[in-house]
Amino acid sequence: MDRFSMNRRQALLGGSALAASATLGGVSRAFAADETVKVGVLHSLSGTMAISETTLKDVMLMLIEEQNRRGGVLGRKLEAVVVDPASNWPLFAEKARELISKDNVAACFGCWTSVSRKSVLPVFKELDNILFYPVQYEGEECERNVFYTGAAPNQQAIPAVDYLMSADGGNVKRWVLAGTDYVYPRTTNKILEAYLKLKGVKPEDIMINYTPFGQSDWQTIVSDIKKFGSAGKKTAVVSTINGDANVPFYKELGNQNIKATDIPVVAFSVGEEELAGMDTKPLVGHLTAWNYFESIDTPENKAFIDKWHAFTKNPKRTTNDPMEAHYIGFNAWVKAVEKAGTFKADPVIDALIGVSVPNLSGGYATVMPNHHITKPVYIGEIGADGQMNTVWQTPGLVVAQEWSPYLEGSKDLIGDWRSPMSCGNYNVKLGKCGGAA
Amino acid sequence: MPRKRMPSTRIVAALLALLAGIGAGLGAARAAPVDDALAHFAADKFPETDVGIDALVASGAPTAPAVLGALSDGRLFFDPGSRKVYVVDAAGTLDDAATGAKAADVTQGGLKKVRLNNAIRSKIAAAVGGLDLVSPDRTKRLAAADTAFAAHDAKARGAVEAALAKEEDPAIKAMLVQARAAIVAASGTGPEAERLDAIATLKARGDGDALNLVDQAGAAPDASPAVKAAAASAAAAIRFTLAVWQALQNAWYGLSLGSVLLLAAIGLAITFGVMGIINMAHGEMVMIGAYTTYVVQQALASSALGGASLLVAVPAAFLVAGAVGIAIERLIIRHLYGRPLETLLATWGVSLILQQLVRTVFGADNRPVAAPAFMAGSFHVGGLEITAGRMWIVVFTVGVFAALQIVLRATPFGLRMRAVTQNRRMASAMGISTGRIDALAFGLGSGIAGIAGVALSQIDNVSPNLGQSYIIDSFMVVVFGGVGNLWGTLVAALSLGVADKFLEPFAGAVLAKIAILVFIVLFIQKRPRGLFALRGRAVEA
Repeated sequence: MDRFSMNRRQALLGGSALAASATLGGVSRAFAADETVKVGVLHSLSGTMAISETTLKDVMLMLIEEQNRRGGVLGRKLEAVVVDPASNWPLFAEKARELISKDNVAACFGCWTSVSRKSVLPVFKELDNILFYPVQYEGEECERNVFYTGAAPNQQAIPAVDYLMSADGGNVKRWVLAGTDYVYPRTTNKILEAYLKLKGVKPEDIMINYTPFGQSDWQTIVSDIKKFGSAGKKTAVVSTINGDANVPFYKELGNQNIKATDIPVVAFSVGEEELAGMDTKPLVGHLTAWNYFESIDTPENKAFIDKWHAFTKNPKRTTNDPMEAHYIGFNAWVKAVEKAGTFKADPVIDALIGVSVPNLSGGYATVMPNHHITKPVYIGEIGADGQMNTVWQTPGLVVAQEWSPYLEGSKDLIGDWRSPMSCGNYNVKLGKCGGAA
Repeated sequence: MPRKRMPSTRIVAALLALLAGIGAGLGAARAAPVDDALAHFAADKFPETDVGIDALVASGAPTAPAVLGALSDGRLFFDPGSRKVYVVDAAGTLDDAATGAKAADVTQGGLKKVRLNNAIRSKIAAAVGGLDLVSPDRTKRLAAADTAFAAHDAKARGAVEAALAKEEDPAIKAMLVQARAAIVAASGTGPEAERLDAIATLKARGDGDALNLVDQAGAAPDASPAVKAAAASAAAAIRFTLAVWQALQNAWYGLSLGSVLLLAAIGLAITFGVMGIINMAHGEMVMIGAYTTYVVQQALASSALGGASLLVAVPAAFLVAGAVGIAIERLIIRHLYGRPLETLLATWGVSLILQQLVRTVFGADNRPVAAPAFMAGSFHVGGLEITAGRMWIVVFTVGVFAALQIVLRATPFGLRMRAVTQNRRMASAMGISTGRIDALAFGLGSGIAGIAGVALSQIDNVSPNLGQSYIIDSFMVVVFGGVGNLWGTLVAALSLGVADKFLEPFAGAVLAKIAILVFIVLFIQKRPRGLFALRGRAVEA
């Protein structure tokens, strides 16, 4: 639907521009269209992922509108080209191709699931364009055309586990790794399992459980978790359960009287947006790990939230971590374009490395040579109001490990896109580019 | 655990001393330590808050219990400037935490909340819980005894025994005896007779916690052969009891899953089963029912009927989903009778349109549907844990199934519908308007799907995708049960639910689902008409 209205709006705009040029004389208007620079927004506006991605489309429109009010970039106005890949992975690749070859966008902001990112990768490589990917993901990737503004596992999962192991987090000794059955939870749990074993956790103290997408009957699993947690050692659940399945999961926890003080759950995919559709009273005390919370009290964040409320004309719209990632990614792109003096992809990709822009939590995000950014990590506790209250944070910024040092296949790899290395999977053991032996 | 509990018992002792102190009128003389203790809360750091709790309890301030209660509820605030601490009481007004007096000149705007984490929460709960062992309130004492059992901290033994000596309520007394047994078993020390006694008590309790403790008692380094033997036999007995209860628990989970499957499929059993229409938009009827529940709940939120919004939602969902169903039948499906492939594609299209329509009207995010109080929480029947919400859904499903049977068997409409199903031309010749019956039957199936949506809004996300997650399962149930047979649908739903839940502990949720699907594919090869085959229009087609 959104797509149709978009097209109609564009058609109307086009129509009025034509009418204007007819009355004002073609010359004065014609160069205005020439001057705008297009930016692609590749987020699902329909289908299962619409719940998460629609917000990111809105935030991109807001950021672009604001930049234009400040005079655009290099004296040219930006124009958002919004397409709807409809939560359909092959369609992501088609739409990406359309954005790059037909609309000639200078850069794209988009994707949510890892599978959609993998689907568009060949297109961005072939047509040499830039994708800003704003969601926390499983790592194990470092591509020249992609900038990863979400967290790698060591910027979210590992610090969360460290926190739970600490005295503050409750000295957790027994771990349930529960996830939805797809690539992000599987890879993250593989990394976490290796990390926990390295920390001396015995295999019998780790329980791994996968559930299908949209799981709604959690009775057996929650009672298993309860049983696993009654072995006399402090137990915690590390949840990579995908957005939608979380509501029934937490409901079942509440129904079976598992309180956060008994078995805390730390979730990597539950944000303010997901909590907005939930009765949060039974969840108080359960944890989430992100690089941004709406509740973070800084002037930058307050200004951002105010702008967001004004833009959406809804004082209740929440903000979340991937929105901050787009905020950072967009500002970094603007800065890199200004630094390079051009909108062309190659110079901008080179210029992006080393660019540093403010994040919303009072610090700076720097684009590193591995195309990931530096981030602070926050552990938040779900409050009765549906907001996260920070209970712990890393003392400084964390640099992403795109290749996990805890996995056999990737521990020798690094990514560095500066010349002379210019390689996303340099094997330090073999001394050459090209991944694991 | 035991290491962490240590300070908590000190708190208990100190709180008891504090109560005695208040009794003796000594509380007021200790104002200064209170201020020192409260200053820790104003530091806005967890370790400081932790120290503050100990200091507060040790200070013997009369306001200490109220302050701790406020802290655990998130009602404790501090002024970052003056570093004074305030309690927000039930009425929403601010009290000075040190004196308990009203602080009329302070507003909440400039105050910051004293932050909590789970470690602090546990600490407060242990402190307050220990005090509750001698509380005049029966439920508090019972909860405190339960906590003492779960913590089984050797340092709390004195408090437990003191409470046991005074306790008169048999239920609480039994719980305290178990708590003492747990302490003995966990400590792995003490005379042999006491240990054997503890093992016997735990064996009688017979749950997972007891099993752990019995194992600990048997594994104690100085355990005598008699203790070891008693522990081993008790552990074996508990394991057996647990296995039996586990099987019953799985059966209950299966029944509960089966009832959800039945509820989702029963409408389809009419539209697909009886009428032979492959209705891919069936899931969206469920979704419309769930959204109707949401709208009804929002509309009634402030009225007197607010508590009964689910009851109001049942007929509303039936009417809304039924009306949508009739509209679909009249506008689209009626032109496609006898062309199953076109029907499938057309209803698939309808399903996408309905999803996107709801997404446009209500937004893509989940809508919250609150659960009424009687559907929250869980209760125990022996070793079974039954969640109230699931139980009511089972009851509700039985009700819907019975009502549908009555409509089909005992009403003129049901008679006509069966007549049309069995022999359309004959029924038509007898003066039955078959077109009207078709529309009404499709409306009935859709309406029942809408009712299912009311129940599913309690256990699943009310989102535009709600229906998609049930459509495959629904077809599976109807095909397995035998097209056109309601009893077949019932048997199929329950047996699939139970099979799934018995497989899940061994195979995991993903493999269990796959195994069920493979089984059904094989079964359909053998018996293409499902469990109970019926004759009717579906057979003729």
